[in-house]
Amino acid sequence: MLEVTFRHAFPGLALDVCFTAPPGITVLFGRSGSGKTTIVNAVAGLLVPDQGRIAVQGRALFDSATRLNLPPHRRRAPYVFQEARLFPHLTVRQNLNFGRWFTRATAPDFGAIVEMLGIAPLLNRRPAALSGGEKQRVALGRALLAGPEILLMDEPLAALDEARKAEILPYIERLRDAGGPPVLYVTHALTEVARLATTLVVVENGVTIAHGPAQDLLSDPTYAPQLGLRDAGSILTARLVGQEADGLSRLETAAGPLWLPQVQAPLGSVLRIRIAAQDVILSRQRPQGLSALNILPAMVSALRMGDGPGALVQLAVGHEHLLVRLTRRSAEALTLEAGAEVFAILKSVAVAQSNIFPPTRQAPHDAEP
Amino acid sequence: MTDWLSPQEWQALALSLKVAFWATLVSLPFGVLVAWALARRRFPGHGLLNGIIHLPLILPPVVTGYLLLLTFGRKGPVGAWLESWFGIVLAFRWTGAVLAAAVMAFPLMVRAIRLSFEAVDPKLEQAAGTLGAPPVWVFLTVTLPLILPGLIAGAILCFAKAMGEFGATITFVAAIPGQTQTLPSAIYAFLQVPGGDASALRLVTVSVAVALGALALSEWLAQRASARIGSHTGGRDA
Repeated sequence: MLEVTFRHAFPGLALDVCFTAPPGITVLFGRSGSGKTTIVNAVAGLLVPDQGRIAVQGRALFDSATRLNLPPHRRRAPYVFQEARLFPHLTVRQNLNFGRWFTRATAPDFGAIVEMLGIAPLLNRRPAALSGGEKQRVALGRALLAGPEILLMDEPLAALDEARKAEILPYIERLRDAGGPPVLYVTHALTEVARLATTLVVVENGVTIAHGPAQDLLSDPTYAPQLGLRDAGSILTARLVGQEADGLSRLETAAGPLWLPQVQAPLGSVLRIRIAAQDVILSRQRPQGLSALNILPAMVSALRMGDGPGALVQLAVGHEHLLVRLTRRSAEALTLEAGAEVFAILKSVAVAQSNIFPPTRQAPHDAEP
Repeated sequence: MTDWLSPQEWQALALSLKVAFWATLVSLPFGVLVAWALARRRFPGHGLLNGIIHLPLILPPVVTGYLLLLTFGRKGPVGAWLESWFGIVLAFRWTGAVLAAAVMAFPLMVRAIRLSFEAVDPKLEQAAGTLGAPPVWVFLTVTLPLILPGLIAGAILCFAKAMGEFGATITFVAAIPGQTQTLPSAIYAFLQVPGGDASALRLVTVSVAVALGALALSEWLAQRASARIGSHTGGRDA
């Protein structure tokens, strides 16, 4: 558990930060320039805030009240940067061992981490001979082997192309699900949030305006404007129950069956499915003669009319929530209000493979359809 | 083996090597410290320090030698103090020649090392810190290996300059054969006496050889050091 409360004034940006990061991955999300990196730097000890308190597992790293400010090397908060920052004069093996020279006891198992990250063939190379994705995996391993009490990651995938991102994401998921140290993770990519975050902290102009379980915040219409309306979307948990002859996969959700194209996973696996808010259609009656395959009964749980032509609707689907983006005109025509019963319609082909993820072990809600 | 150089010539060569060796060794830690401070720290007097370091480069060497004599001579403030507290006398001794050579070569050494400090990405040192390395260890395990090529270049440059130092040395410690007569002062002395041309020419050959040897050595060491850093080589060795 990481507890962060601090204020710091820069010329042009005043930070007012308050959040806690439970085990799992806590994502700091916000536009560039909103102060996310500054927050991580404060936890790492690279920035001394004007006032406040930062503590990991109850151990204070910074406390302006008692004038405590541990230097970075005594915080046990290794940092994975956007650029890997591997030491060019050391081999991969020496890079991985770097932090272990300075940690007493509790050093994690070298072999296990090398195997988890798939970097055994690289051990005798030098960083100059690695690809971008390999470098970032080594940087991750180096941080883990330093025996972190909290792991800091500042847009570790931002410098990589899509293929390299896809190569690394599973390793970060594995780290999260293996019950590793809490991770503080900065990104401005909502797909990474949906895929990785257990906890989400929304940062706007230096202020942490919301923090809580990622699944709850992602489906909350209040924060959708901050998260980015075009990318807004919520997460449904579903269990894969069948592969049908025409290539569709049948999944069970809390609200009923869902058919999606060719989901690659073993039968019975529980998956998380990200559904973009703008891909969902609402209807007051169960529609007939419609091409869309997925029609889920739902109830409006919150409604937010935008300043412009748009509106956001949060639906209760079983015990989960679905976020829907539509026009104000439609919302008024359907006389939507909290408690109204509706049907959520989703085209099967609207859900891309990249929006179907394995579940988090610490998922806030576990679907038992 | 000693046939081709006279005893006096041998003495001058040996003394020059000794002076240059000690001048390099003694000034290296200070050179690293000053280069680090100039490259990495901003403090009041930054520009002043930079200026003072570079003074020997722009002052006439005789002036530097005379200033050393005023300061470190037996009647000078520092010289008198050194003698009364530690019994160290620099003026007109070979140790004084070391001081003169070190002072004259210092700006060259600091420049080379400072450039390599500036080439080291502070982000690497930051990363090392978050991995648990205390500042001293960050310096020893990350910064120092990365500045090694510049360090070697600076040291060799200092050595070569010290071998050839003339003006400040002869002003501060004169040219007493066997004590303070270094290679350049010996060459100068031989040129002043009739029939000394042959001796002078032999010593000139020796200086050229030593200088070229130092240059080759520095190139070779710097190349090895950069290969270790692995910025260009693949280094896929097992």
